[in-house]
Amino acid sequence: MNIIEASGLTKVYSPKGTAKVHALDGLDLTVPQGTVQGLLGPNGAGKTTAVKVLTTLIQPTAGNATVAGVDVVGEPKSVRRRIGVSGQYAAVDENLTGFENLEMVGRLYHLGKRESRRRATELIEMFELTAAQNRPVKGFSGGMRRRIDLAGALVTRPQVLFLDEPTTGLDPRSRLGMWDVIKNLVSDGTTVLLTTQYLEEADQLADDIAVIDGGKVIAAGTADQLKARIGGHRVEVTLTEASAADTAREVLARHGSGEPRVHDGGRTLEVPVVDGTRALQYVLADLGEAGIELHDAGIRRPTLDDVFLKLTGHMAEEEQESQESSEAEMETAQ
Amino acid sequence: MTTLIDERGTGPAAGAVGSPAAQWFSDGWIATRRNLIKIKRVPDILVFTILQPIMFVLLFSQVYAGAMAMDDYTSFLMAGIFVQTVIFGSTFSGAAMAQDLKDGIIDRFRTLPMSTSAVLVGRTNGDLMINAISMLIMMATGFLVGWRVTTGLGGFLAAVALLLLFAYAFSWVMALLGMTVRSPEVINNASFMILFPLSFISNAFVPIHTMPSVLAAIAEWNPVSALVQSARELFGNTNPTFPEPTSWTLQHPYITVLGGIALMLLIFVPLCVKKFGSVSSR
Repeated sequence: MNIIEASGLTKVYSPKGTAKVHALDGLDLTVPQGTVQGLLGPNGAGKTTAVKVLTTLIQPTAGNATVAGVDVVGEPKSVRRRIGVSGQYAAVDENLTGFENLEMVGRLYHLGKRESRRRATELIEMFELTAAQNRPVKGFSGGMRRRIDLAGALVTRPQVLFLDEPTTGLDPRSRLGMWDVIKNLVSDGTTVLLTTQYLEEADQLADDIAVIDGGKVIAAGTADQLKARIGGHRVEVTLTEASAADTAREVLARHGSGEPRVHDGGRTLEVPVVDGTRALQYVLADLGEAGIELHDAGIRRPTLDDVFLKLTGHMAEEEQESQESSEAEMETAQ
Repeated sequence: MTTLIDERGTGPAAGAVGSPAAQWFSDGWIATRRNLIKIKRVPDILVFTILQPIMFVLLFSQVYAGAMAMDDYTSFLMAGIFVQTVIFGSTFSGAAMAQDLKDGIIDRFRTLPMSTSAVLVGRTNGDLMINAISMLIMMATGFLVGWRVTTGLGGFLAAVALLLLFAYAFSWVMALLGMTVRSPEVINNASFMILFPLSFISNAFVPIHTMPSVLAAIAEWNPVSALVQSARELFGNTNPTFPEPTSWTLQHPYITVLGGIALMLLIFVPLCVKKFGSVSSR
């Protein structure tokens, strides 16, 4: 059974005096029960908009979606009873304590006073926040806030858990901690829709990944399938002199599994390879023989940029900038 | 974290307790309680609620009294200070809604199966509580510097109810503004720029007949004047030596104020609830 089904989801914002912005442009998505679905894309690709439509926060311009079999537009309140949502802003009340925040959420799910308090205590223990439970959230660290926010999404037993960029803005250590929490959570078969900008995060946490760009899904599959399409590892070299680029390019082409790419004004070259370590050895040996001096050399693992370059022909970064400006417009238009 | 999985299984299902009406009251109360806790914990609000009213009553009654060409300026003044304070107290709803929207906590509320109006009810109740506390503090301070109610308990209670009700209705206006403007800073600055002149070009602090004619005309029709006039009459603090007001609104202050309250609630409560049903951060 598919617990999330979305077809042709479209969300158009019409800011005054500017062109229409298609935050979602015909997004299709199906998530089978008990799986973790990653939505991977740069800022402004439409991830958060998709989550907002599915969690009943905004209405789509066109298309339809069901969560746990319930129509998100027709019966939003019924959907809300079935979902848990944790957003990228750690939406907790700063002036309430950790315990008070969770109790409040329980009461608003209509669990009743006793049950709400019992569950709040339980969650505080599970998320290891017992020592801080009676302090206002204002004094919490970023990681602790995220944990309280995530706990808020688990006050009931949600049929679907939406995690919108659960680690964005966290330091590496807190990010790893958050991954552990989420892994633990999903190992019992909770259905999760997780958005992220990080390929590594999707790789770590998701069963299936949908790559989205420009408001629609441009590729879908498991992390391995996606990586296979990108071509795995790359060898990257940075030359001391750009004039040696042509020779270096020939060397890279000889040992790579695809076309070498040149950037940074001709000084940096990279090529997809099959066996990273061995290819690097050959490349270095050949470059040394040709007398080409290197500033830097190494193996690169595929990144979101690589996924995007391969799938869309443009970098995620460029996309990010143009989308950020359109997001700013959307904000003023709302 | 190892217990997470087992324990999660005991997570309760949502929506178990209460009839729809009981849930509405419960939601409203939970949202109100959140704002009451905030009053207790945020020093800014406490200063505004307790210290500022004391300061205003003392400063105006002691500093201005001598310069005013009237006996017993304190009695005249108190209704004006009450009105100014409760109107400013209502602006919390605007700034707070904007802030909650910005922080994403409105998003969290909107993904819960709670009543659509509960957050707004809680927010405006919060303002009501702030204003009630301020009123108490001001009355005590006023009493110390010689303010007396000369009408009796009925008039007194009616005045307090009118002041709080007007401010409560105004909170809904501010809440809509907060959700529309979405910037707590803009809300604070704008309300200062609008409400300060509005409360000063009125009969709140000086008698209208002493103003230049253009300002006097504005003050006569200013709804703030009608509210001040109502409170002043109900407290028995009017000054019989002043000329009769010429505007319809000041001649019929109760109808004006009650009409204003009804109008604000009828227009802005539905608008607020509708707006809340579609707002989202970013």
